[in-house]
Amino acid sequence: MITLSVNGRDHQIDADPATPLLYVLRDDLHLNAAKFGCGLGQCGSCMVLADGLPVVSCVTPVVALEGRRIRTVEGLGGADDPGPVQRAFIDEQAAQCGYCIPGFIISAQALLERTPSPSDAEIRTALKPNLCRCGTHIRILRAVRRAADAMRTSVAANPGGEGGQ
Amino acid sequence: MKHSKGSPPELSRRAFLGGGALLVGFTLMPGRLLAQAPREAKGGGDVGLPKALGADPALESWIRIDADGAITVFTGKAELGQGIRTALIQVAAEELSVTPADITLVTADTGRTPNESFTAGSQSMQESGTAILHAAAQVRAILLGLAAERLGLPAERLTIANAAVTAPGGGSLGFGELVADGGLREATARPGTALKPVADYTVIGQGVRRIDIPAKVTGGPAYVQDLRLPGMVHARVVRPPSPSARLRGVDTGEVERMPGVVGVHRDGDYLAVVAEREWQAITASRALASAAVWDERPSLPDENDIFDTLLGLRSEDTVIHDRRLAGTGAAGGGRRLSAEFRRGYQIHGSIGPSCAVGLFEDGGMTVWSHAQGMFPLRAALVEMLGLPEDRVRCIHVEGSGCYGHNGADDAGADAALLARAFPGRPVRVQWMREDEHAWEPFGPAMVSRASGSVGRDGGIADLTYEVWSNAHSTRPGGAGALMPAWHLAQPFEPDPPKPIPQPAGGGDRNAIPLYAIPNARIVHHFLPEMPLRVSALRGLGAYMNVFSLESFMDELAREAGTDPVEFRLRHLDDPRARDVVTLAAERFGWSAARLPSGHGRGFGFARYKNLAAYCAVAVEVMVARETGATRLLRAVAAIDSGQAVNPDGIRNQTEGGIIQSASWTLMERARFDRTRVTSLDWSGYPILRFDQVPESVDVHVIDRPGSPFLGTGEAAQGPTAGAIANAVADATGARLRELPLTSDRVKAAIGV
Repeated sequence: MITLSVNGRDHQIDADPATPLLYVLRDDLHLNAAKFGCGLGQCGSCMVLADGLPVVSCVTPVVALEGRRIRTVEGLGGADDPGPVQRAFIDEQAAQCGYCIPGFIISAQALLERTPSPSDAEIRTALKPNLCRCGTHIRILRAVRRAADAMRTSVAANPGGEGGQ
Repeated sequence: MKHSKGSPPELSRRAFLGGGALLVGFTLMPGRLLAQAPREAKGGGDVGLPKALGADPALESWIRIDADGAITVFTGKAELGQGIRTALIQVAAEELSVTPADITLVTADTGRTPNESFTAGSQSMQESGTAILHAAAQVRAILLGLAAERLGLPAERLTIANAAVTAPGGGSLGFGELVADGGLREATARPGTALKPVADYTVIGQGVRRIDIPAKVTGGPAYVQDLRLPGMVHARVVRPPSPSARLRGVDTGEVERMPGVVGVHRDGDYLAVVAEREWQAITASRALASAAVWDERPSLPDENDIFDTLLGLRSEDTVIHDRRLAGTGAAGGGRRLSAEFRRGYQIHGSIGPSCAVGLFEDGGMTVWSHAQGMFPLRAALVEMLGLPEDRVRCIHVEGSGCYGHNGADDAGADAALLARAFPGRPVRVQWMREDEHAWEPFGPAMVSRASGSVGRDGGIADLTYEVWSNAHSTRPGGAGALMPAWHLAQPFEPDPPKPIPQPAGGGDRNAIPLYAIPNARIVHHFLPEMPLRVSALRGLGAYMNVFSLESFMDELAREAGTDPVEFRLRHLDDPRARDVVTLAAERFGWSAARLPSGHGRGFGFARYKNLAAYCAVAVEVMVARETGATRLLRAVAAIDSGQAVNPDGIRNQTEGGIIQSASWTLMERARFDRTRVTSLDWSGYPILRFDQVPESVDVHVIDRPGSPFLGTGEAAQGPTAGAIANAVADATGARLRELPLTSDRVKAAIGV
């Protein structure tokens, strides 16, 4: 049994410790956002946050994540109460097929949690591990800038409040 | 095996819809309207009705209103990430005078929707959009008629809004009340639809937000990959290592004893493993791949000679355009220019590899698939499985964007084969990355040759253009179009490939330029033999032909000493073509002013298929002299897709088309040796990453209220390629004529 903290809850996982986290998230916890894209860590579709840093879950054994705080896109908000990054992607209509978008949201979330006012170059560097085939890149850039603005405004309006989640 | 048309749909409905538990577990499927019987296009169609509606004129095939007022619209087209769901809902909402949120849309499903064949060719708005527009307008007229009868007032005095018909005095009847007695049943579409005046539109033309995006950005179930049916097992197919490999032998004993393995399935050269859990299936498939012994032989052409190989194949030649104007022969022309263009194989490269779920129970097969045509897939599966048509149901569930015929149909075949082998449990088949890269049908390698001259008047005197290409569609079709069926002990052979005829064309799509040229001869050399598996990739031959012709237009413009945009306008009579060219140039700030060293500007234009959307693209690139690396800095496009239903959707698709085409044009080439495909992942087949994304991509939509929907999805592919090649020539002085324009090739061309 492996204890895994996902989106603020502990789960007892009965899986081969070598199982990549992606399959535990999808098949044991029935979470959809992290996607299988390449199984090689090349495309970013499977990204989640581990202690605030983006991790490619398709090649990271679940045993390596014990004791670390894992967050998936589901943990950032739902369709009725999207988090600021998700909200920005909706507002910018930054998706076509959308398959890669959860990975981009994770990269953006990680960036904005440590760099609230990123430069354009910093955004591009942070998003480089993620591939999008539909060509939604320009909207994704706009969504990340919009999310940065929204998160700064929200912190400014509520300085004592909870940052992130 | 054919099933008689007269048999009742009961059997299939009971088989597929009776098992409530299964469907309840499938949250992607709306719960309503399970009684909708299958309806098929019968061909022909009424004159005066849109083609798809004429083929299936029963209004309830397209629109159903329940007694509680719930409205469901049915389309035979599928959401591929292009936003078609939202646009079709807008069309129906407009004519029904309801809000988009009032409508549930059911997409391609052989058990529930009209047969609209493939979702392809940028035709969903023309075909399904127009059919739904007319069907909704006719339903609206029927609702008004029913209300007039009930209220004892002439229909002209009634108003229709908010899903109700209201009398001047205030009496109001909801849609549900009006049809509760079956007022829509048996209603058939009639020619001469009274459409709402365009000036009254409140939903069409609005940038309504995509209905599918909230679930996609929050982890809601959105894709076939997200299906979790009760009792579902996971499969992986162990593909042959090369196209002509044969399975000599495999000892499956050890794999069958691995944890979670439900079974190994072998049928000839077809080898797969099914397990309870996904990671178990992957682990077992790796062990099975190690245990399998294959006989391979070199059956692929030499990558370095691929264009000579193509030119050496038997060709079926068609002169698709031949125009000679008396007195303006080549004699009037100046120096003759000639050029040869090449395009290597390219892949669709979906970010999510193909996936499907199959369930075989009670003698019926259901396949959930993200392929582009559920009815064609069903026909192919019927032949492969030897089942009657009413025992096979194909349901579209979205997948990762496909951009044409990728592995989706084949994954559907895998799911059907493995569901049959392991009946009673849903079988989910997920391709691995290398499966998709190696086995999806590529966009064909092509060669084209252009020659022409400029006359004394400074215009093009004559043009000859020839293109050599394999087929651009090897879609189902029969079972032989399904790759897994090639590997069975009793294999199915692919049907002989056929060219897609003009005016749409396949390899010769957009081979006839829209420009007014007094003397032009265009020849399509169709090559039936395919050295590598190929099929439809976004734009088909238009990508290569527009790249070639727009490159050559710039060569002719240079010969004429005329600005490229001015040169194009000089040869365009169609005012809508002139409008997109003019607008793109204006918004780009097109001029002859000097750009910084290493920068270049380029222009490209085409009307997709010469009958769909008009699209012009202007770009600025920067070429690093030391490395030859080309970066697209900015792009400005103008597009006219006819009546714009969702302008933001048109922009989104066109921005995407430009960036995808930039990736194809600058980087992408599928690689192979004499035996195997060798570009098996994103390091072997790199695509555009964020550091190479342009600073800006601006798309300007020209709306044409009241004119037909022209479709959007593929319009930018060719013009972008032409514009980039022209910009590279402008930046470097070197004309590159082989796609992709990789840094090595640019560097070699500029002689650094």
